[in-house]
Amino acid sequence: MSYSDKVIDHYNNPRNVGSMDKNSTEVGTGLVGAPECGDVMKLQIKVNPQSGIIEDAKFKTFGCGSAIASSSLATEWVKGKTVDEALAIKNTEIVKELSLPPVKIHCSVLAEDAIRAAIHDWKKKQEVAKPVAVAAH
Amino acid sequence: MSTDVKTIPQMEQTTPNGIKLPIYMDNHATTPMDPRVLEEMLPYFMEKFGNAASRNHSFGWAGEEGVETARERIAKLIGATPKEVIFTSGATESDNLAIKGVAEMYKEKGNHIITAVTEHKAVLDTCKRLEKYGYRVTYLPVQKDGQIDLEDLKRAMDDKTILVTIMFANNEIGVLQPVAEIGKLCHERGVIFHTDATQAVGKVPIDVNKMNIDLMSISAHKMYGPKGVGALYVRRKNPRVQISAIIDGGGHERGMRSGTLNVAGIVGLGKACAIATEEMAKEACHLAGLRNRLRDRIMSRLDECYINGSVDHRLPGNLNISFAYVEGESLLMGINDIAVSSGSACTSATLEPSYVLKALGAGDDLAHSSIRFGIGRFNTEAEIDYVADRVVETVSRLRELSPLYEMAKEGIDLKSVKWAAE
Repeated sequence: MSYSDKVIDHYNNPRNVGSMDKNSTEVGTGLVGAPECGDVMKLQIKVNPQSGIIEDAKFKTFGCGSAIASSSLATEWVKGKTVDEALAIKNTEIVKELSLPPVKIHCSVLAEDAIRAAIHDWKKKQEVAKPVAVAAH
Repeated sequence: MSTDVKTIPQMEQTTPNGIKLPIYMDNHATTPMDPRVLEEMLPYFMEKFGNAASRNHSFGWAGEEGVETARERIAKLIGATPKEVIFTSGATESDNLAIKGVAEMYKEKGNHIITAVTEHKAVLDTCKRLEKYGYRVTYLPVQKDGQIDLEDLKRAMDDKTILVTIMFANNEIGVLQPVAEIGKLCHERGVIFHTDATQAVGKVPIDVNKMNIDLMSISAHKMYGPKGVGALYVRRKNPRVQISAIIDGGGHERGMRSGTLNVAGIVGLGKACAIATEEMAKEACHLAGLRNRLRDRIMSRLDECYINGSVDHRLPGNLNISFAYVEGESLLMGINDIAVSSGSACTSATLEPSYVLKALGAGDDLAHSSIRFGIGRFNTEAEIDYVADRVVETVSRLRELSPLYEMAKEGIDLKSVKWAAE
C-alpha cells in the first residue's frame, strides 16, 4: 500500500492518543468496528457544559495505517468545534485530506462513525443526567 | 501467499552496526538467486544458446547437455530417476499439469479428488475449475496445528477417488504435512498422490519412493534459483503414472509439456538442487537456529504473541506469529525497513484475512495480527537481532495505541463485547 506523506506523518506521530474517563458526563465515547474486520476505533470527546464546544478529543485505534491516520485526524478536527459542527464532518473530507486510496475509504467511514458514536454517547448522557441542560441546538 | 505488502517505501541505508537495510526476510515469497546459480546459468544465454530440441548440431547438443545435467541433479535431490522430471514454467504450472492431467487421464476410473483447505491457490483454484467440469472435490479441514487428520483422509476416500493432492509444506505457516503417511494410504488404495512441494524442496529431506509420492511440484525461485522455471516429478514405475498434457505442441518433455525448454532457467534450477543436496542438512540447522533466536527474542519480551501452526512439524526458516491487539499492516508500516508479509486483510488484494490462518481456527482477529518471517540462506544473526528489536519496539508502540489492548488490560473479554457492525 502506497501511502501519502500525511498518512505516514499521522502514523508516526499520532495526535491525541489516549483515553478519558468514560464515566464522566462531559465525555462521550465512540467505539466502532470489530476485531474480526481488522479495524476498531475508540474516539472520545470532552464537551464544555457551558459552551457546548469540544474541548478535548482522544483516540485509540486498532487498524491499518490509514485507520490510525483517519482517527488521529478526526480528533484534530473535532477539537474546538461544537458538537453540531463536528457532526458535519464528512468522511470524504478525510479521504481528501489524507489522499486515501479507494481500498482505504472504509477507514474514513469508520472515523466518521466514531465521531458520530462519541457525540451520540455524549448526548445520551446529557438527556439522562440533566434533561433540561445543554441542548444541542 | 496473497499477502504481500511491497510498496511501503523502503529506504536503502546501513545501520551503525553494519546491517544493510532494508532487510529481506520474506523468503517464502521468493529467494534471491545464489551467485553460484547465476554463474552456472550465464553461458546459456549467449554462448550455449541452442535449442535443446535441436538434435542435429552442436548448439542443440550443448543445450541438451545442460538440461540433462539439471534433470539428473533434480532427480538426485528427491530420490527420483532423471526421466521422471518434467520441466515447466514453475510450480503453479506443475500443480495445474498434475491435477488436470490426472483428472483427464483417469476420468474413466473416477471423478473424485481430495485436497485440503490450506493448499496454495494454484491447487485450490485448479480443483474449483474441475468441479465445474463435473469432478467432485473434498476439501479436508486442518487441525489447530495446521496438519490434516489422517482419519479424515481415510474417511474421504471412496472407490471414485483418483487423486489426493496435499502440499508438503505450507507457504504461510511452514507446516509440514505427514506426507509419507498420506503416500502410504494412497498407495494402499491405488490412489495417485500429488504434493505441491514448492516450499519444501531443498529445505527438508524428500524421497519420492520412501514417501510414496507420485507427482510433485517443484519451483526454482523458492530455492535460490531463477523465477519462471519449475518441474513436475512424474512417477514412472510402481505404479506408472500417466498425465494428459495441458500445453500441446512440439511434444517436448515426452509429450507432457510442449514448448521450447527454458535452458538457462533449467540449468539454474539444476544448480540450485545440486547446492541443496550438498548443503541442506547444515543449512537447515543454521536456519532453525536463526528462527528460534528470532522467536525467543520476540516472545521473551512481548506478551500475547501466538505462533501459528505446529512448532515441531515446520520448515526450519519459517516463523508465523500473531501479535494480539495489533493489526498486521500497521505493524508492517512500522517496520518498513524489513521485508516480511502479513496475513492481514489490509495487505491482501481481496481484503480478506488469510484463509490459511482462518482454517487453523484461531479467529479472524489473530489472522489480521499475523506476520510471516521467512528466513533464508543469506540472513545473518545480526539481522535477526535487528528485526527482533524493531518488532518488539513497534508492537509495543502500537499496543499503546490499541483500544483492544487497553480493554484487555482492563480485564474486558473481547469476545463478549457486542461490536458495532460495519
